[in-house]
Amino acid sequence: MKFIRQRSKSAGAFLVILMVLLTVPYQTVLAAMIETEAAMDITAAGQEARNQIKTILAREDAQAVLRAEGIDPLEAMARVDSLTDSEARRIADQIEELPAGGSFFVTLFVVVGIIVIILIITDALGYTNVFTFIR
Amino acid sequence: MNDLEQVAKTGRCKHPDRCRHFISSLIIGLLIFNGCTTAPLKKWHLPSGATPVKHELDTVPFYPQKEYQCGPASLAMALAWSGLRIDPDDLAPQVYTPSLKGSLQPAMITAARRHSRVAYPISGANALLQEIAAGHPVIVLQNLGLSWIPVWHYAVVIGYDLNQEVIILHSGITNRKTTALKTFENTWARSNHWGLLVLPPNQLPATAEEHSYVRAVVGLEKARKWTAAIEGYETAIGRWPQSLAAHIGLSNSYYRQGDLQSARGELQKTTLLFPEEGVVFNNLAQVLLEQGNKLELGGPLIKEYQKTLDEIQTDEP
Repeated sequence: MKFIRQRSKSAGAFLVILMVLLTVPYQTVLAAMIETEAAMDITAAGQEARNQIKTILAREDAQAVLRAEGIDPLEAMARVDSLTDSEARRIADQIEELPAGGSFFVTLFVVVGIIVIILIITDALGYTNVFTFIR
Repeated sequence: MNDLEQVAKTGRCKHPDRCRHFISSLIIGLLIFNGCTTAPLKKWHLPSGATPVKHELDTVPFYPQKEYQCGPASLAMALAWSGLRIDPDDLAPQVYTPSLKGSLQPAMITAARRHSRVAYPISGANALLQEIAAGHPVIVLQNLGLSWIPVWHYAVVIGYDLNQEVIILHSGITNRKTTALKTFENTWARSNHWGLLVLPPNQLPATAEEHSYVRAVVGLEKARKWTAAIEGYETAIGRWPQSLAAHIGLSNSYYRQGDLQSARGELQKTTLLFPEEGVVFNNLAQVLLEQGNKLELGGPLIKEYQKTLDEIQTDEP
């Protein structure tokens, strides 16, 4: 009996050490420099986001919405090009967060609406100049 | 990525003396087969004013190849032009794969990087002519055989004459080999018009695109050539001041070189250019930490700062 207890104690200790060894590497994330390639992927994501926005704006129904808002679609495209990577990513994220389903036209209207709002904001900041009535 | 997709293609050039008959009969065969296809040549005639009608570089030394060694010989010529004299035999271990009796394209690229040169793949007639006109020799991969009996071969394009419709190459054991444009187009098309520039890091390709060029410089970082990488990133920033990747690459190269002070200076400049990019702030914090700075809130308004930080962390304004 004593023999078994001693054995199980040491086995327990062994298991504890093993579990610590297994979990520790996953808990500590060391501070480190971010590699250039990883940063490039972010830039690539910005380009992708810009293309995503432009694909939406290229649709005929989207252009109709733009015109209804009094915006020249070509000018809107040019402004999308001048968005920074992080701005483009933010807009694309917002578009993705929209609830799926429902009428496609409503979704499209909202999407174009978001883009218009962003362009108005960048206009107001003086980055772009799509809307002549601002500034 | 183009270069990696074509891994299977090697410049498996036999000794030109021995197989010249075979190759020339194949080429004659090709000319007969493709005798009536004139369309591909149109793309060689660029709109007037784009590039001169003819141009030839006289600064590319010629190294005759040994059997199967067109890869090392071509790379040695390009490296010599870029200011680095090196014997093709010394390059062979880095480039040549004995079991394939040839040199793979990625091996050519990595070998150039290991000698602190930017390896920049190009594709197509337009890019080739523009680079030659800008004074840059281009390594090309040709298939001198047929698609189903490939005879892969690397050569260095050093000139062209669109009036005469010829391309001038350092190829095999022939110095200044003049090849009909039509033949060259047919043999080059089979490698999807693969070309490679081997440039000193302070020279930009004439056809450089931001993303591709910065990726090419990242290759120098991978080869641990920090000084060359720094120079390459500076070249990129000179052309594209807003390239986030080039700025990050520059500070990373300083950092890997052990020059924390320069890395810090570059990162601080980059935070001003890209105030929304977390990567830059993360790396700056890391450098400051390694320089022995204590990173914590401070100053006369520390109580306000602490409150803001707490609110951010609990997410309850």
